[in-house]
Order: sequence, then C-alpha cells, then structure tokens
Amino acid sequence: MEIIIGKYNYWIYIALMMIGFYAMITKRNLVKKLVGMNIFQTAIILFFISTAYKKNATIPILIKSQEVIDPAQYINPLPHVLMLTAIVVMVSTFGVALAVIIMLYKQYKTLDEDEIIEQLE
Amino acid sequence: MNISDHSSILIIVIPLIASIINIFISLFKRSLCYSFFLLILGICVILSIDILSNVINSGTIRYKLGGWMPPWGIEYVVDHLNAYIIAIVSTMSLIIAVYSKESIKQEVPEPKLPYFYSTYLLLTTGLLGIAITGDIFNLYVFLEIASLAGYALIAIGEKRSVLASFNYIIMGTIGACFYLLGVGYIYIMTGSLNITDLSLLLPNLYESKVMLAALAFLVVGVAIKIALFPLHRWLPDSYTFAPSAVSAFASATMTKVGIYVLIRVSFTLFEPRFFTEITPLSSILVWWAIVAIFFGSIIALAQTDFKRTLSYILIAEVGYMVFGVSLGNKQGFIGAVLHILNDAVMIACLFMIAGGLMYRVGSRNLENFLGLNKSMPITMAAFTIAALSMIGIPPTAGFFSKWYLILGAIEAEQWIGAIALLFSSLVNAIIFFKLLEKIYFAKKDNIPKHKFPELPFSMLAPIVILALSILVIGASTGKIISKVIQFTVPGGF
Repeated sequence: MEIIIGKYNYWIYIALMMIGFYAMITKRNLVKKLVGMNIFQTAIILFFISTAYKKNATIPILIKSQEVIDPAQYINPLPHVLMLTAIVVMVSTFGVALAVIIMLYKQYKTLDEDEIIEQLE
Repeated sequence: MNISDHSSILIIVIPLIASIINIFISLFKRSLCYSFFLLILGICVILSIDILSNVINSGTIRYKLGGWMPPWGIEYVVDHLNAYIIAIVSTMSLIIAVYSKESIKQEVPEPKLPYFYSTYLLLTTGLLGIAITGDIFNLYVFLEIASLAGYALIAIGEKRSVLASFNYIIMGTIGACFYLLGVGYIYIMTGSLNITDLSLLLPNLYESKVMLAALAFLVVGVAIKIALFPLHRWLPDSYTFAPSAVSAFASATMTKVGIYVLIRVSFTLFEPRFFTEITPLSSILVWWAIVAIFFGSIIALAQTDFKRTLSYILIAEVGYMVFGVSLGNKQGFIGAVLHILNDAVMIACLFMIAGGLMYRVGSRNLENFLGLNKSMPITMAAFTIAALSMIGIPPTAGFFSKWYLILGAIEAEQWIGAIALLFSSLVNAIIFFKLLEKIYFAKKDNIPKHKFPELPFSMLAPIVILALSILVIGASTGKIISKVIQFTVPGGF
C-alpha cells in the first residue's frame, strides 16, 4: 500500500503516459493519435515537476537579508526550467504535426489512417 | 580575442541565426538566398576544420556558455569523437547543399525555396548541436531541433512523403520522450546534467535499479532515432519519398549522429564496465544488431525501388555500427567509428545518384538502370565506386571498416556476428552486381532508345567528389585512425 500512496505522483504519471501511448498505437484517427502524443509528453512534464516538490518548502526566491541558505526550504527550480524548454519543444512538435495533418487532409480529404492507406493502394 | 577560441559556439550560432536571416533576405531578393545558404555552410565547414585541428593539436576543448562554471552552466565539450562527427556533418551538409540546387527545383515550387534552405540550416544546427554539447538535457533539445527540421523536410517530398513524415513524427516523439525520461531518472538520482560531472557521480549508483531503467530508456530512445530494427518502421518510407537532397543528407548524418549519442551514453556517461559487465546490455545490443543486419539485408534484396533498397541497406549498416560499438573491444570500436565516416559518404553518394536518376529518368525503379552507362557515363562510374565500397572490395573505404568490424567480431569470438557481416556483404554484392550488369552489360535490344543527357554540373560535381573521396578515405584509413579514431576508443578496452 505504501508504495502506491506514498509515491502516487509516479503512478499518475505512469497511468497518463500509458493512456497517451495506447492512443498513439491504437487510434486510427490521426488527430486522436496526436492528442495521445500530447498526453504522453504532458505525463513526462508532470513527472519532472513532481520530483521538484518538497514538503513545507517555498518558492525559490532568495531574500537579500537572509544569510544562511537552507536548500530544504526551497523547491528545486531546475526541473521547472527544464520543463519550460520541454514545453517549447512539445508545442513546436505539435505545430509541425498539425501542419503535416493539414497537408494530409488536403491530399486525401480524410484523416482516418485506414482510409488513407486504402487510397494509396 | 581570438576567434578560434569561440569556434565551438560559433558553429552552432551561425547557422541558427542564418536560418532566420535567410527568410528576411528572401523578402528582398530571393535569388540571393542560395548563395547566402552556401556561404553559411561553407563557414561551418571552415569552423569544423578549425575545431578538428585544434582538438588534434591541443586536446579536448571545453567551452563554458555565458561564463557559467560547469556543472551548473551548460558546457560544450569537444574531444576527438565530437570533432570527427562535427567535421562529417558540416562537410556532408555543404556537399549536399551544392547538389540540392538543381534537384530541389523539380520538387519544391520556386517561391518556397528560401524556407527549404532555412529548414536545412536548422537541421544542420541540430545535428552539430547534438555532436558538440556536453550536457544531456541540451542534447535532448538539439535532438528535437534536428528531428523537427527533419520531419518538415521529409514532408515536402512526393505525395506519399506526408504520411511517412507523420509516422516519423509519432515514432520520433516516442524516441525523444524516452530519452527525456532517461535523463529525468539520471537527474533525480544525481542532481546533475553535465556529462563529465555525471561520469564521476554515476559509478556510486551502478547497483541501483533506477540506473538500469535510465539506461534502458536512453538506449531505446536512441534506437528509435537511429532506426535499429525492429524500431525502423519510419525510415524506409520517409527516406524513399523525401526529396532527393533530403534523403541524401538525412541518411548520411541523422543516423550517424544517433550512433554518436549511443556511444556517448554507453561509454562516457556510463563506464564501459557498466555497459559490458554489470548489465548485459552489451550482449543484448550485439544480438539486436545482428538481427538488424540480417533483416535489413534480406528485405533490401526484395525491393524494386532503388531508394527503398538503399533505405534497407542503411538499416543493415546501422546494425553494423551498433554491432561494432557494443562488441566491447578496440578493433570493433575502431571499425564502427570508421564506418560512421565511410557509410555517410557511401550512402549519401548512392542517394544522390538515386536523385539524379529521378531527375533525368523520372523513376527510381531498378529496371531504369538498363544501359545507363551510354547516357550518363560519369554518374555511373561514381555509382560503380560507391557500389564496390558498399560491398566492401579493397581499395575502397568500405573494405577497411568492414575489416576492422570483422576483426573485432573474431576477437570477441562472436562468430554469428562475423557471419552476419559477411552475409550482408554478400547480399550487397548481389544487389549491386545485378545493377552493374544492367548498367554495363545490358543486351542491345533491351536498352531503351531514348538517350538521357548527363546530369547538370552542380549535381554531378558533388557525386564525383564523394566517389573520389571514397577512394581517398580508403587510401588514408591508417592516417585517419592514428590521428583521430584511436583517441576516441574509451578507456578500459
């Protein structure tokens, strides 16, 4: 039990990731695949962010008058910064993928993978 | 201030900024774009040669971005392996850029060409960035820059390329996300992202299960990016339907840079002993690569489309390199690193010839090679050299890397691996001798009456340069190994 409740953030991230993965593999509609991809990436972002959390800690802003700095008092800011970059990467991947989907729709007039493959043959 | 001190950052910043400036130039005078594009890639080549000579003369270069001390700041680390990869990527990008001038005109409408050049510069930036950075998260960002530019470039090809590009996006994103997860695990355990720093911190954690998971995520992520069988599904379609210049560039550099990442992860980030002794990863990868070699070769035999044949051969070649890297001995490693260079040159040359075939004949079917030596003698001479090198016939470059790989396989007593290498050479021999027979010894009445003119000079010159460099590299293999490659071999081999 303890491993489930004590580390519930990891379970949530695994569950979300698997939902996204499942959508990417099984859905035949390309937009749904893309949404799955987005869930998959978001799960990883949540994973990183949740690792930064500390109990009873505050935002990492240093006050000048404070002389002794105790790292346990502050949330680790680095995962947040990393994830800002990852979000940018994610958004651009999504943008490129949507542009590709628009091109696909113009060509085949459908977004269903099976119908597209049918048209190819 | 000496400009040579900053060449490792300039080589990233210049193409990155140029890709945006290029768009603005196109607003004023579109015809300038191509010259600007060539100029930038030319500067990259000069900088990469400067970096390579610096590394050879004075050892590893460490460049601290913004003056922040590592491991807090991002650091660029260039040792012999990085410099070698950077030189390959920038040189190939320049040569293929020259080639792209004529070939891309048929594939992209003229007003959109500046965007093609910008995306091409972004792809170069991403690949150079992967090869130069000393920070595993920064590496992820560059990996995605390169991949995003790759998706876009592939999608502008033939009609079917769009679907291929979409599949590549899905697969590539899974690969990148796995890599990111591996980075996350390592970060949680150590609190560092700098490769040099991590290589000191990680040995204390080798017993931890988290490291196993991290390594598994990193390796699988990279394996998707390099299209190691059975994760290769995106590659054949993408490279077959992409514009010819793009398939030449992507096949020559993207998989090779992926192999570089694999080497970094398994031998610099982790110690070789973690890779070979503590985890069974080394033997897993050896067998994985053997299957990839067999599979790629067999499927390549069954293709009728020339670019598709090359794509499957490329999958087998990726198997060669992974095989050599994971054998865990000096000979195999030298063979793999040498093969990165040789394969980049050979496969780019062949893909460029395939593009030339599309340009003149309008089809990539293997049947179209019938009697082509009459109409395109120079291209076909180049094809002969590249084909012989692919098979591995001395004195072409392909022979030497295969020789080292087989020596490595024998040293590791990996007999099935040696058989796989020979089998793959045999399959290549069947494929290419069949083509050479079609080209040079076709029966008179089978040859189509219509004669095609030779390729335009700007397409022919890069092909001939690469074909000649196959011979030059073959002749100077010993020098390349003694000057550069022997220093890339990780300690403990």
